[in-house]
Amino acid sequence: MKIVAVTSCPTGIAHTYMAAEALEEAGRAGGHEIDVETQGAAGAATLADEVIGAADVVILAADVEVRNRERFAGKPTVTVSVKRAINDAVGVVAEAVRLAAAGPSDRPEVIRTEPAAKLPAGAGTGTQVRGWLMTGVSYLIPFVAAGGILIALSFMIGGYEIVGVKADIPGFLDSFSVFSGHDWAGLMFILGDGIFGTFLLPVLAGFIAYAIADRPGLAPGFVAGWAAGVIGAGFLGAIVGGLTGGLIALAIARIKVPSAVRGVMPVVVIPLFASLINGFLMLVVVGKPIATVTDGLNNWLSSLAGGSLILLGIILGLMMAFDMGGPVNKVAYAFAVTGLAEAATSASSTQLQVMATVMAAGMVPPLALALATVVRPGLFSRAERENGKAAWLLGASFITEGAIPFAAGDPLRVIPSIMAGSALTGGLVMAFGNELRAPHGGVWVFGLVTDWPLYVVAVAAGTALAAALVILLKAGTRSKDEAVLEAQEDAQLFATA
Amino acid sequence: MSDLITTALVDLDLSAADKDAATRRLAELVHAEGRCTDLDVFLADVQAREQQMPTGLEGGIGIPHARSKSVTEPTVAFGRAPAGIDFGASDGPAHLIFLIAAPDGGGDAHLQVLAALARRLVHASFKEALMNANDASDVVDLFKREVVVK
Repeated sequence: MKIVAVTSCPTGIAHTYMAAEALEEAGRAGGHEIDVETQGAAGAATLADEVIGAADVVILAADVEVRNRERFAGKPTVTVSVKRAINDAVGVVAEAVRLAAAGPSDRPEVIRTEPAAKLPAGAGTGTQVRGWLMTGVSYLIPFVAAGGILIALSFMIGGYEIVGVKADIPGFLDSFSVFSGHDWAGLMFILGDGIFGTFLLPVLAGFIAYAIADRPGLAPGFVAGWAAGVIGAGFLGAIVGGLTGGLIALAIARIKVPSAVRGVMPVVVIPLFASLINGFLMLVVVGKPIATVTDGLNNWLSSLAGGSLILLGIILGLMMAFDMGGPVNKVAYAFAVTGLAEAATSASSTQLQVMATVMAAGMVPPLALALATVVRPGLFSRAERENGKAAWLLGASFITEGAIPFAAGDPLRVIPSIMAGSALTGGLVMAFGNELRAPHGGVWVFGLVTDWPLYVVAVAAGTALAAALVILLKAGTRSKDEAVLEAQEDAQLFATA
Repeated sequence: MSDLITTALVDLDLSAADKDAATRRLAELVHAEGRCTDLDVFLADVQAREQQMPTGLEGGIGIPHARSKSVTEPTVAFGRAPAGIDFGASDGPAHLIFLIAAPDGGGDAHLQVLAALARRLVHASFKEALMNANDASDVVDLFKREVVVK
């Protein structure tokens, strides 16, 4: 009998290899040919396609999700915990042999996608959803870090006016000089802005769907992320679309189909129909209400501008932090920038105060989370702690998106905390009466802010409040399952890095 | 790269109230040998792994382990506990305890030696030889002979 096996465990340094050795020994002792792929930290000798093709039966001994599981589609498969493979390899091999002897698999198993093996037994739906979100976030972080730092550097080198290069990219590239600091800054801005505009939402939604439904989930997830951008639904829209995309793909995968079709299900049928259905949901069903909400918020803000400035500051703060680049945030930011254009032709300073408020409130979320990862590293996954380092620079540069990985991974605790912090900062800036004429730039334009020391106080106060709230909420209400989940996510992420 | 284990990393008469105390004792050896920069960070990382699922295995072995940024090179500290220490295995306490310390990040080449060690741990002959080792240098010799990166 020809057996292939994959072993995999959270840390990837011990059980993976013990199980591999035990299975190899047991297989050979039973007179079988056995090849084991160890998906551990010391590199994986990947099973060749011919070897998988020739195998009679597959053993998956894993406590974390097996990578590229769809390679084994249609093969009789024994799934066990990695510990069981170590403790009772002979029994596991015997089970595999029995299963193979019983004939080809008649289960409609294209992929077994429930991350059941990944979560501790009895984990609730909430924990499971968090697991999916965290997978999405772990793929998102490199994009946020690369894009955000490029934009921050471009501001540092080229000043906030560097955003002008976006207006005519071909023209800018035509006259690009490698000896010009300004041109390099422009290039960095174009790249960073391109990464943010093109990839953030699709990568987040795509990999949330991937966590749910494996590779067949990628297309419907990416489509949903792109659609979230088109309808202006921001990262919260991308999360929703990623979840629906994955669940739709999973539902289609569970439909029983004739064996002739089974082979093309994961590659063609599931991505096709799931993308269509999910794209329809996002663009048509979700799109309209978002547009309505955006219009409503716009009118409401305009009506507030005549009233209490401190109240307006608090509301702008809440809006900036709520969805970080999503529709609510965009309304607040557009409100400020539009006001700035008007202020250029009038003597009114209210618009300049609004701009100062919006920038300060937008700096708070990444700064607060960066601070929280330093104060209480144990409450964050390793991926989040790494992201926290970049978040200092992103927050300082008014790139609110730096907080998205934290918010997307744990929205219910993070979003209310940063909203409170940004609201405090917004109210304080209005109370202090700071004014700003630049539409962007963070600390790099602090020189242009009136009474800037007070402005720093406002940002620091909101940052401290938001960080304290995040820590309190996480420390007080985080379940053990979630901590386990984070550790496993890290183990997988950094073992494969 | 230095050896996976030295005589200073062996305790043939390990006695501890529970697995946490046993793990701490072995971690202190790793720390004293200068292979771990921050004992508390390392212990927290091991603890986090242990909480996911106890690392006790049938046949009387416990393998607390972690990849930790406080660890400077792949290291194993070995303890033999005549009285046994419960590591959560279904068939009773562990008598052979291996604290496996892996550095975090970096390439995977230097982790090969830990993979080789893990593979030896499932062999009864290896466990038996450790049970019968007379002193720490016996243990170190055994590791040198048996744990070979292929």
